[in-house]
Amino acid sequence: MSSCCNTETVDLPLEPRVAGGIRTVALVGPPNSGKSTLFNRLTGLRQKVANYPGVTVEQRVGRLNGIGRSDLTLIDLPGIYGLDRYSEDARVAIEVLHGEMPGTPAPDAILLVLDSLQLRRQLMLAAPVLALGLPTLVLLNMSDLMEARGGRVDTLALAQELGVPVAKISATRGAGLDAINHFLSRKAEALAGQAESSAGSADGAAAPAMRIELPVIGNPRSYRQWATGISTRTKYKAPLSSEWGKRLDGVLLHRIWGPLVFLAVVFAVFQVVFTIGQPLSDGFGNILNAAGDRVAPLLGHGWLESLTIDGVWRGVASVLVFLPQILLLFLFIGVLEDSGYLARAALIADRVMRSIGLNGKAFIPLLSAYACAVPAIMATRTIENKRDRFATILVAPFMTCSARLPIYMLMIAAFIPNKPILGDLFGLRAAVMLSLYLLGFLAALATARLLKSSILKASSAPFILELPQYRLPTVRSLSLRLMDRGKVFLRQAGTVILAVTMVLWVMSHLPTHATLGESLIGRLGHLIEPVIRPLGFNWKIGIGLLTSVMAREVIVGTLGTLYGADPATQSLGLQAALRHDLTLGGAMALVVFFAFALQCTSTLAIVRRETNSWKWPALQFCYMSVLAYVAALATNQAILHFIR
Amino acid sequence: MVAIALLSEFGAENADDLDLSGAWKLSLLSELAIGTTAVIESLELPGEIQHHLMHMGFVPEARVVVVRRAPAGDPTVYSIDGFEVALRRDTAKAIRVREYDALSARQA
Repeated sequence: MSSCCNTETVDLPLEPRVAGGIRTVALVGPPNSGKSTLFNRLTGLRQKVANYPGVTVEQRVGRLNGIGRSDLTLIDLPGIYGLDRYSEDARVAIEVLHGEMPGTPAPDAILLVLDSLQLRRQLMLAAPVLALGLPTLVLLNMSDLMEARGGRVDTLALAQELGVPVAKISATRGAGLDAINHFLSRKAEALAGQAESSAGSADGAAAPAMRIELPVIGNPRSYRQWATGISTRTKYKAPLSSEWGKRLDGVLLHRIWGPLVFLAVVFAVFQVVFTIGQPLSDGFGNILNAAGDRVAPLLGHGWLESLTIDGVWRGVASVLVFLPQILLLFLFIGVLEDSGYLARAALIADRVMRSIGLNGKAFIPLLSAYACAVPAIMATRTIENKRDRFATILVAPFMTCSARLPIYMLMIAAFIPNKPILGDLFGLRAAVMLSLYLLGFLAALATARLLKSSILKASSAPFILELPQYRLPTVRSLSLRLMDRGKVFLRQAGTVILAVTMVLWVMSHLPTHATLGESLIGRLGHLIEPVIRPLGFNWKIGIGLLTSVMAREVIVGTLGTLYGADPATQSLGLQAALRHDLTLGGAMALVVFFAFALQCTSTLAIVRRETNSWKWPALQFCYMSVLAYVAALATNQAILHFIR
Repeated sequence: MVAIALLSEFGAENADDLDLSGAWKLSLLSELAIGTTAVIESLELPGEIQHHLMHMGFVPEARVVVVRRAPAGDPTVYSIDGFEVALRRDTAKAIRVREYDALSARQA
């Protein structure tokens, strides 16, 4: 443990990789260092979000508009603790920094963001980053908070120790950001061949010395000794941890109050998404449909109107209606995450989630899945462990999402008498509805266990959860988050869903002048009838199953059209028509089928995006379909034999 | 140099308060009571996790404080280098620590 032998002196080759000076800047920092806030601050609203090729790590790129340098590109690297290839995030970071990531330009300079509230530990990342030898500016974030709480550090001494300029900033307030501009233009000048000006500690950016000591690369212990040595020599004094933060934890993680607050939060999320989100979504849906009706007369009465309005517009609108609920849910998750409560919630939920083989961080995504699996699957990004994350993604669609409600309500209203069980409050219909919710939940539990003991077995990374300090979420970061998620969702609706809708429309209208039963989709319905007959379904239900592959609620519309077009049931309402045509067994088999089946192209598309492979959505679709078929078959046969 | 490194592990301002010559009791991180301060001796975890934890500051000679337990009794929140991290008992079991044993120090 002789620290003397763990360091070596390195002359940093501060030479440009590209002859043209600085074009691309990489933003590097540990998780929770305020890196994303700074990225948003520096790039403004116009940022590109995508996945790095071949992996599920998110890539954010933007122009440095925030400091008036739209000629420079800023790449946000995933939050990392070190530059060893132990995680996918770190592998991506290394490849980008070395210019080995296809499609991403090699960075010419680095902005290293460190949380000044815990500088001693965060400095450990500086060692491998500085060893890269790229022009680097170290940004001590949240320095206003550090100083307000009695912390201090000698930035000039730190710059001398590190051999690169150091600046104090506050990303949330946007303070001290001139230092970045200063650094970039000075480096560009230096790289352009002009005399290296090492002077200028203006704007808080201290001047560098070129010869520095770095620890042996790849050894965390020597990193820590090095970082500790530097923090001592630069007179770093850690700020006192905030008193009210401790007091808040005393309540929020309290043995009794903690779980109560947790349940209240969970209930509030649920309540808001349903009681505020549902009417918002309905209203939005009405607006979308009204807009379609307004445009319809302009298109005449031919196939063009039918394709645009009945096909494309109605189809896309049926997905777009989820936008208000999705945004609302993400607003909630955003507030919980930015304030620091989400980490506490994960800590409380961990014990329960562990019993099904998942970890505490899976709780919020699974809860969100009760509204819609799409945002839930997007929300699994907070789970760092890939296997846990994939398992959560794969079980999320079992949670009873709001798109299942229309068919549940229709079938229950048509087939289940409203007999009271516990007085007027709880009747047979409510009991059936509740059992369907329970059915989905149990399927999710069983599947999670199955996955964690088979293909996603033995996650080597256990539950390691950093508890960030409590902060007030800012409107700015919340709105950016919402725009981000909204964009992803809309892009999905505009591409995959649009395509599927058009294919379905064409299939139900070819050959021309045929009735729906004789159209391609109708023939397909007849074709699969022998397969679904044991479930108690007829060919009309078959068509409904096919069209609802796009989205679950589509089946209600399809059945409405089909029974409306059939002369035998035309005069009856939809509920009466269904009673006329289906047995109780068939009806219950249908809702059970919907409890399990993955009838949702949006979910499939988002799973494809988040897992970066068609393998997972394909597996998920097959597994859930088989399960749905078997369960529906069992339901129909059971009712056939026992109830009649 | 060794001494300096050791002292700096504890943070300069605390160095005087700690009697390094006293009695140290070896135990596992998972066994410590709330409020205990201990020094990490060694970690015996699978490579990737060990690496992750060490990069978070869980290295030998680092000082760790047991802050609080989750309402269900597990995981436990530890404070290291001024930040808080929660570990399950399974993980904490694999971290050996030495705890300053005030009682046996007084007897000696």
